[in-house]
Parts: sequence; structure tokens; C-alpha cells
Amino acid sequence: MLVTNLAILVLAGFVGYAVISKVPNTLHTPLMSGTNAIHGIVVLGGIVLLVNGAADGFLNKLLLVIAVAFGTINVVGGFLVTDRMLEMFKAKPKDLVEAEPEAKA
Amino acid sequence: MITASFITDPSFRSVLYIVSFALFIYGLSGLTGPKTAVQGNRIAAVGMGVAVLATLLVPHLSNVVLILLGVAIGTAVGVPAARQVKMTQMPQMVALFNGVGGGAVALIAWVEFRESGGFADVPTYVAIFSCFAAIVGSVSFWGSNIAFGKLQELIDGGSKVIGNAQIQSFINMALGAIAVACGIAIVAGSHGEVLILVLLVSAAFLGVFLVLPIGGADMPVVISLLNAFTGLSAAATGVALNNTSLIVAGMIVGASGTLLTQQMATAMNRSITSVIAGGFGGTVEAAAGATSASGGTVRSTSAADVAIQMAYARLVVVVPGYGMAVSQAQHAVREMAKLLEAKGVEVKYAIHPVAGRMPGHMNVLLAEADVPYEQLKEMDDINGEFPRVDVSLVIGANDVTNPDARNKPDSPIYGMPILNVDESASVIVLKRSMSSGYAGIDNPLFVNPKTSMLFGDAKQSVSDITEELKAL
Repeated sequence: MLVTNLAILVLAGFVGYAVISKVPNTLHTPLMSGTNAIHGIVVLGGIVLLVNGAADGFLNKLLLVIAVAFGTINVVGGFLVTDRMLEMFKAKPKDLVEAEPEAKA
Repeated sequence: MITASFITDPSFRSVLYIVSFALFIYGLSGLTGPKTAVQGNRIAAVGMGVAVLATLLVPHLSNVVLILLGVAIGTAVGVPAARQVKMTQMPQMVALFNGVGGGAVALIAWVEFRESGGFADVPTYVAIFSCFAAIVGSVSFWGSNIAFGKLQELIDGGSKVIGNAQIQSFINMALGAIAVACGIAIVAGSHGEVLILVLLVSAAFLGVFLVLPIGGADMPVVISLLNAFTGLSAAATGVALNNTSLIVAGMIVGASGTLLTQQMATAMNRSITSVIAGGFGGTVEAAAGATSASGGTVRSTSAADVAIQMAYARLVVVVPGYGMAVSQAQHAVREMAKLLEAKGVEVKYAIHPVAGRMPGHMNVLLAEADVPYEQLKEMDDINGEFPRVDVSLVIGANDVTNPDARNKPDSPIYGMPILNVDESASVIVLKRSMSSGYAGIDNPLFVNPKTSMLFGDAKQSVSDITEELKAL
């Protein structure tokens, strides 16, 4: 089990490296934000421990609830913020762009 | 009943985990291109949903209420924060989201320790990976919070050390050594809870002290580094919990974050180690004194002159910097550019990789103002064009245009690639005052005979120029 997991770990490292090495500077902030959301996956760790009923006692449960809340903030906030940034890179319909100066002036 | 046992089968869960990390990788590869990025991000979010769902598919679900409570709190905090944050505040928001992720890792490691009687009844490797996760998670949580505080200006953004740099790095090393020693003691079989507490607390202080000395200009690198840290700690948690999805997702972030950090540091001609050492603060004063001694005259100009100069140019390049971000001038800039284009002037935007507070910071702001993606030029693409540029309009950018980086070996930023705006026919700098840039270094560009300065708030200045252009 450990050896399999280590193999996965190493391979995932190379995948991460390969996937990211082609990103234009323009997308660095959204990318950082997107990867940031993905490591919110730690929320699973909190859920796993709670789901298995492993946590006894008030303190353990409290800590795990905080961990799940933190992880959720990381995931939900991260993806939403990334989406907001990226929405702005989307091509707008031509007429909309043309119409805008009047709207703003 | 057959269905129920099928979906709660561990193999089915494993398959769902594979689906989830495949979606992460596919989504991330989408994030590497402007056209596919939105979709990529959403695909990754779907992957996250699949992973969470898979985790809940166990035969005997415990503590459902507590899980829902945690998710509800997280959603109630995360969604409004993400919705309301201004584009200029993105860097600190990313730092904060990154921090809570690290905090979750540290808390999970702590609970694991408590649950297993100090890792007494689990294999040794679980203890090793959990201690690693606890240290790195704690460093990331506290470091990110300090980064947030500095960027949000809750704490002073300048460089702070205890004593001097040497004493500070000694303290940091000692804190790191204490944390690692506690980890080794735990792995070796000590079960006292005080060990994990000392480990978490010393790692927390290490996180605080690592980020406190770092000046604002280096902040993007630090946030990116902490992002990579959190990813690595998540992967370690995954190994400890034998959770494939956690391992893959965490490690991908760890690897990509490290690469991104490297690229940012390279763009500033800094090594990651020198960023961590917080070097900028110390060397600046001496160099700044030397440059100001060289003197020179600053010419200031008026909005009307700038408007005329640009209206009769063929190619105008806008060089945005942090000043554009703080004064929220991006919409005004876009409006000005449209007027220029209507007059037949070609407008391009030169984006330095570290302009603003994060790589791509300027792109995000300009995209918000609907500047077409094709007009945003990266440094390497635009630098060759400067000799045929009629007017370079520098809006609140400073260090990224400083010719000292090319010419002055004793300058702290010597060797950093810059935008060669001084090669264009004329340069107009919009600036609030003659104060130096974030790195605190004088900029000889401002006394260059080709340069004229328009003082004032960037947004106000750009609006004034726009009014003058309309009147032409």
C-alpha cells in the first residue's frame, strides 16, 4: 500500500510539472488560484475521519469540524474566485463590446 | 440492497477517486489556455464534487450532522468572501484561502495523533507523513495569514526582523529544528501530546517569522511558495490516510506550485532562497543614496500635452503597474485606449511578469475592463518593439521599468529583466509623487530627457487625458 501510494505520489508530481510548464504569464494568477482551490481537497481528510466515526470526544470532533470548514472555504472560495477571474478573459460578443463606451460615458 | 452494497464498495469509491483526479488533471490542463480556462476550472470543481461524494459512500455513515455543519460554515464564509472581493484584493484572498487549507491539514494531523494514541497503533510511515503534514500545514497557515495581513495592510508591509537578519535566520532554524525534533521523537515512539503541540506551535512561529521579513515586492513569490507547501502537505495527508485523490491532487499542486514559484523568482532575478532570506530591505538604502546623488531634472507635463502627444502617435504602449491597481484605473485606461484607437492609434499593453502584486495581476485587471486579450503583450514579445514605439505610457509602474536593472551592477534589482520603455521615442509616467517604488529604489527613467511626468492619482490623470482627447 505504501509503495503504491509513493509511486502515485511521484507520478503525480511529474504530471503537475508537465501540465503547468506551458502556462502563459497572463494566466498565472488564475492558475495559482485554481491550484489553490484544488488543494482544498484536504477537506476529504476531515470528512474521512468523521465518516469513519474515528473521532471520539468533544475536542477531536471540534477540531475536525473546523478542519472541514477550513477545507470547504478553501475549495468553494478558491473555485469561485478563479471562476470570477477567468470570466473576464472570456471573449465577449462583438456588439456588446462596441456598445459599452456609450454605457460608460 | 444490491445497489447499496455496490455503491458503498471500497472499489467503487476507488474508481470514483480515479475519476476525480482525472478531472483535476484535465481541468488543470484547461487552465493553461485563455480559451479553455473557464471550462477547466469548472471541470476541476466537478472533480472535487465527485471526490467528496465518493468519501461519503461508506456503509455506516457517522457524524453526518458534524460534516454538514463544517461544510455549511465553510460555504457561509467562503462564498460571500469570494463573491465580494475586489479584483485588486485578489492576491490576499488567494493567500487567505491557501492559509485555511494549510490549517485544515495541520488540524487533521493533530486529530490523527490524538485518535491513534500518538500514532501508537499505526504503521511508522503514517506517523512520518502526518508529522510532515502537521509542520508544513502549520507553517502555511500562519505564513499565509501574515501574507494576508501585510497585503491587506493590517500589519506594516515593510521588512521586519527580530534583531538583524542573522539573528532572525538563527531563530528560524532553531524553530524548524524544534519542530523536526518533535516529529522525530513522535516517529520514534513517544506518545505525549505535548510533542505534537510543541511541533505545531514552533511551526506556527516559523511560518510567521518566514513571511514577516518579506517586503511587498516579493509577496507573490511567497504566496506561490506557500501554495505549493499546502499542496505537499495535502499529499502527505493523503499518504497517511491512504487516499488516492488527496495524494494526486495535493502532489499536482505541490509540483506546479514549486514550478510557478521558480518562474516568478526568475522573472525578478531572485532565487527562492534570497526571497526567503528577505534580502531586499537591507541592501536598498546604500544603493538608493548613490543613485539620487547622480541627480537630474524631472519634467512634469499636463494632461492636455499628453493627450496631444498620444493622439498623433502611431503606436502607444501602456505599461501598467501597481499604481493602476490601487487607483482602479483600468476602466479609465480602456476608455482612453478606445478613443485613441478611434483616432487610428495602435494601442498595446506591455505586461511585466511581476507587475503588480502577483504574476498576471495586470492581465486580470485589464481583462476586467474588457481589454482584448490580443493587445496584452508579454515582456519578451514587446521588448523588441520599443524602439518603434512613439509613446510609452507608464501607469503606476516603477521597478519593472527601472533601467538600473540593466545598467547598474550595484543596484539591488540589477539583472532583473525589465520593460525597455526608455528605448521608445518618448515616455510619459503617471505617478502619485516622486516617491520610489515598492522596492524602495530610485528610478533614473524619471530623469531621462525623453521622460515627462504627470503627477496625480492614476485614475484621475487618465480621466483628464481622456477628456482632453475628446476635446481634440
